[in-house]
Amino acid sequence: MIDFEYARASDVADAVRRIASDPTAKFIAGGTNLIDLMKGNVERPSRLIDISRLPLKTVEKTAAGGVVIGALVPNSDLSYHPLIEQQYPLLASAIRAGASQQLRNMASTGGNLLQRTRCYYFYDTATPCNKREPGSGCSAIKGLNRMHAILGTSDACIATHPSDMCVGLAALEAKVHVMGPGGERTIVFEDFHRLPGETPHLDTNLHPDEIVTTIELPARGFATNYTYLKIRDRLSYAFALVSVAAALELDGGTITEARLALGGVAHKPWRDPAAEAALRGQAGDQTSFARAADLLLRDAKRFAHNAFKIDLARRAIVRALTQAAQGTPQSQSDKKIR
Amino acid sequence: MVSRIPVTLVVNGIETQLEVTPWTTLLDALRDHLHLTGTKKGCDHGQCGACTVLIDGRRVNSCLTLTVMKDGAEVTTIEGLATDGALHPLQQAFIDHDAFQCGYCTPGQICSAAGLLAEGKARTEDEIRELMSGNICRCGAYPNIVAAIHQAMGAMGSAS
Amino acid sequence: MAPTIGTPTSRVDGHAKVTGEARYAAEFDAPGLAYGSIVGSTIAKGRIARIDASEALRVQGVIDVLTHLNRPHMAEGGGADEDPYRDDVAPEGSPFRPLYDDRIVFSGQPVALVLAETWEAARYAASQVRVDYDEEPHVTDLHRRRDDAVALRERTKVRGDADTAFAAAEVRHAGEYFIAMEHHNPMELFASTVIWDGDGKLTVYDKTQGVQNVQCYLCGVFEMKPEDVRVVSPFVGGAFGSGLRPQYSVALAVMAARALQRSVRLVLTRRQMYTLGYRPGTIERVALGAKADGTLEAVTHEAIGMTSQFEDFARNDTTWSGTLYRSATAKYDHKLARLDVSTPCDMRAPGAATGVYALECAMDELAVALKLDPLELRYRNYSDRDQNEDMPFTSKKLRECYRQGAEAFGWSKRDPQPRAMRDGSELVGWGMATGVWEALQMKTAVRILLTANGHAEVACATSDIGTGTYTIMAQVAADMLGLPLDSISVKLGDSTLPHSPVEGGSWTAASVSNAIASTAKAIRTELLQLAQKMPQSPLAGATPDDVALVDGRIVSKQDAARAVPIADAMRHAAVDRIEQETSADFDEDDGYARNTHSAIFAEVKVDEQLGVIRVTRVVSAVAAGRILNTKTAKSQIMGSVVGGIGMALHEETLIDHDLGRIMNADIAEYHVPVNADVHEIEVIFVDEPDDIVNPLGIKGVGEIGIVGVAAAIANAIYHATGKRVRDLPITLDKLQG
Repeated sequence: MIDFEYARASDVADAVRRIASDPTAKFIAGGTNLIDLMKGNVERPSRLIDISRLPLKTVEKTAAGGVVIGALVPNSDLSYHPLIEQQYPLLASAIRAGASQQLRNMASTGGNLLQRTRCYYFYDTATPCNKREPGSGCSAIKGLNRMHAILGTSDACIATHPSDMCVGLAALEAKVHVMGPGGERTIVFEDFHRLPGETPHLDTNLHPDEIVTTIELPARGFATNYTYLKIRDRLSYAFALVSVAAALELDGGTITEARLALGGVAHKPWRDPAAEAALRGQAGDQTSFARAADLLLRDAKRFAHNAFKIDLARRAIVRALTQAAQGTPQSQSDKKIR
Repeated sequence: MVSRIPVTLVVNGIETQLEVTPWTTLLDALRDHLHLTGTKKGCDHGQCGACTVLIDGRRVNSCLTLTVMKDGAEVTTIEGLATDGALHPLQQAFIDHDAFQCGYCTPGQICSAAGLLAEGKARTEDEIRELMSGNICRCGAYPNIVAAIHQAMGAMGSAS
Repeated sequence: MAPTIGTPTSRVDGHAKVTGEARYAAEFDAPGLAYGSIVGSTIAKGRIARIDASEALRVQGVIDVLTHLNRPHMAEGGGADEDPYRDDVAPEGSPFRPLYDDRIVFSGQPVALVLAETWEAARYAASQVRVDYDEEPHVTDLHRRRDDAVALRERTKVRGDADTAFAAAEVRHAGEYFIAMEHHNPMELFASTVIWDGDGKLTVYDKTQGVQNVQCYLCGVFEMKPEDVRVVSPFVGGAFGSGLRPQYSVALAVMAARALQRSVRLVLTRRQMYTLGYRPGTIERVALGAKADGTLEAVTHEAIGMTSQFEDFARNDTTWSGTLYRSATAKYDHKLARLDVSTPCDMRAPGAATGVYALECAMDELAVALKLDPLELRYRNYSDRDQNEDMPFTSKKLRECYRQGAEAFGWSKRDPQPRAMRDGSELVGWGMATGVWEALQMKTAVRILLTANGHAEVACATSDIGTGTYTIMAQVAADMLGLPLDSISVKLGDSTLPHSPVEGGSWTAASVSNAIASTAKAIRTELLQLAQKMPQSPLAGATPDDVALVDGRIVSKQDAARAVPIADAMRHAAVDRIEQETSADFDEDDGYARNTHSAIFAEVKVDEQLGVIRVTRVVSAVAAGRILNTKTAKSQIMGSVVGGIGMALHEETLIDHDLGRIMNADIAEYHVPVNADVHEIEVIFVDEPDDIVNPLGIKGVGEIGIVGVAAAIANAIYHATGKRVRDLPITLDKLQG
């Protein structure tokens, strides 16, 4: 990491102008992932445009009863914000399941959306990796792939998206507002991250000259029946093997609305409309939960070391839906899974 | 010629002028430029917490912080916790509870714990454990670290 | 003044460590310091075809790029008996020589060293060095080489005919266990700051467990005189064995300083730390045969460990059953699989941590087969003699460890049936295991300088890697000299100090303490002589053994009224300082076995559906002779238990065998326990007086705490789930199905 220039953007328009004029430039806000990758020569921007001082740091109610979150709100602040804790405790919980408090203090909301995979091979420049060096091959497919994807993989890449927060945002159907040289546009969360396909070097559908300005949450917060259940190799400060964001609305014992998003299993937070539809109108019981899990995992594909994830995901989905239905969300500090 | 950028930091209460390259992390600036070697480099990638310092009162990993981005910030390191020679309650509690062995993660643990106390989010032992999990102690002093933080919470009147 | 030995005394270096004043190897400064950054090979085996450093040399601030083609002169080495690259604790073979020639023997091996005015410029330029290789096929997979493993020279006598006895036994258990390759991952990165003192003289601040070992190595490799190389290491940020041998980094830093004739700092990256030594992945097969009442009749223990192609590293994995249990027959076998990897090295309780894991899991499985309580099985086979050597122990209070540990844990309330105990959604498991280690001691010298103002300086070239050496040295000296703790200053970690072996094997506390005692006796003798020269000396006619140093006075043991203040004796003789240096040499050929022992009881809670494992409670009862400092010793055991939790549940270095390369070379994907993984740990020290092991009865506690912990946890997981996982680490996927 050396040989880049540094510039500070004065406002959002200035930031867009600067990035548009230099295709090898990158924005930096929290830097928790970018600096890490730059030290290993995985990312090699010629210029860093510091957006950390832009006025995108508020969390505000929208007229529609939702919330709009500035892209530069630190993850920790977001998780403790009263609006989030009260209306979207699923998001608060998902954020607290990720990284460490120090990293959450640094990382921005927008940056969290853009963090890159933790695939070993992506990080080691001595090995082939299509995501890092397009066309060089995927080492993980035939290599060490215990942590890798089981859904939405391609012959070019089986990496997973590492964020916990994004799994919560996916379940809540957030929208991402971005600004580019052509003005503003909105990307629904579902379309924000990509599957690897033949272009695994592209993680998202954000254009290189665009900046994330805000993330908007619709009014529906699922504050009563939700959970974020993260399964990992140690009890904190590790990336998910499988994580599940589950959110339900219930009328008596009947599910009227269901959201289910998975982390650690795909190149993006994984949602499946069929699985959610299968829950609606059903009793909130083990049978319907198991059916939804089976639906969601119907096309799951195993590799040499990650076959366990399919069964683990199935069980985690059922457990998370049970926690959500009972209104007993998983604590992120008491590690007993209730 | 490598461009150097002037930066002003308030380090442990003292206004400090620096000229750094864009790629100088706060950790390297503290250790190599300011010779404040109390802040430790354990991984340089945000995976261990040994480099934890407080910026404007919040705990962060200084290894992933670019110095140029923190122009004007207040930085508190382990060297700045004691006042007039009297140890910070956390420092004393770490000694009392033998909350370290080799001492290398200790400055980061103590700065992290100071951040934790300021946040006011940890009440139970489980919450302390979880919110201190960003600081790895390979000597395995964790139970003593939790006990020390408990003691300091009492001493500072922030227990509830 | 009350004695400090045996009390919970706070660390004397605690203030330095909590204030950031303690300085580690990378934290010493010098004018004109240059910074190094290492380029590592990307292949596991072959030759360097070409190195192009031209881009790197163009990076602003780069001074030079050293490779095997342009490096300064180094000794030849290469396997001769007097190989200068062999250090005090080198295994058999021909040590790795950095930047020596074009040969690549492990992935990540240093192939170039970039030197620059700043660390960042060096790091960046290192990424610009282009290396082409002529690659050769490699093998890095232990399992692929297990059938080609070579036998070690026989270590122990075989007792009887274990094969026949096993075949005839009423109840048998045989199982194969696997312990994954692990890296020490001390928090401090390996670092060396070499100060160019002029005229070729060097002061080397190094992260090491043996300053004199490093000094000797550097003198050999660079053909330097001992007086021209001083190695200093006042604080070491953890090591766990990784600092026993000199690392290639210190050789490269010295090479660079000599090439540039200026001071150089070289710090490894965390990724590069994985190219150093490690706990070897080991396959262990244990077969136990017993009578129906549990009496052991046959023990077979076979190990296959990994090593490099150039050194045969092995420690005793297989004979521990003979230290713990009675068995008429036993057979041990140890083989090494030579792979295209770097050489393993000692890691906390080398051999025992792995071998006893297998043995103690096998004992648990035998207990299940016998329908016998696992603790009862240990009692029934308890041995008061070392079975391998047929010798008594200097002391063995293992029975007390079992008793006190079981009581503190509540073992008697255990339902023997697996899956019988639960806590809501979690299955609860209770497991136990035995730990054992050696009580070693090595010749060590200590110098004491006593000044008339009542202050003493105690000096020895040993290390404190977090073990508390500073503190116990101060305690022993304070008690032996009759001075308050704060009147003692301790010097260690400097090659110019009196001789010490590397700090390892748990031998430091015993070795240094007894050396302090013998030196203190020399001081006492000299003081008595001075006191007896005083007119009407109350100590006239007394011998050194008749007096003690107490509260700043030389006092008759028979009559406390007969005493002379130390200061008066020195002042009368016009002596303002007394200096003595002696060595403690240990004659161990006395027909005794010397060991520490422990009993570990662990509780796990396992989520029945998801397999998430939590270690909720551990009791470790340890018999390790005299405990010098109950506070720091307790921390040592507690930390070892945490290490054992990592070994049981988390730690595994992952090699991509196609690439021959370690892939989780960081501490995000190589998991060690974090705070949330650790709950209640109770440490009990069982009283174990021992006047045979050494004059002070000290056995050491650095290793014993980790031995058996992984087995106790694995056994608890079996008890919770009914599923026996023999491969470490026990990650949740292994509980599936």
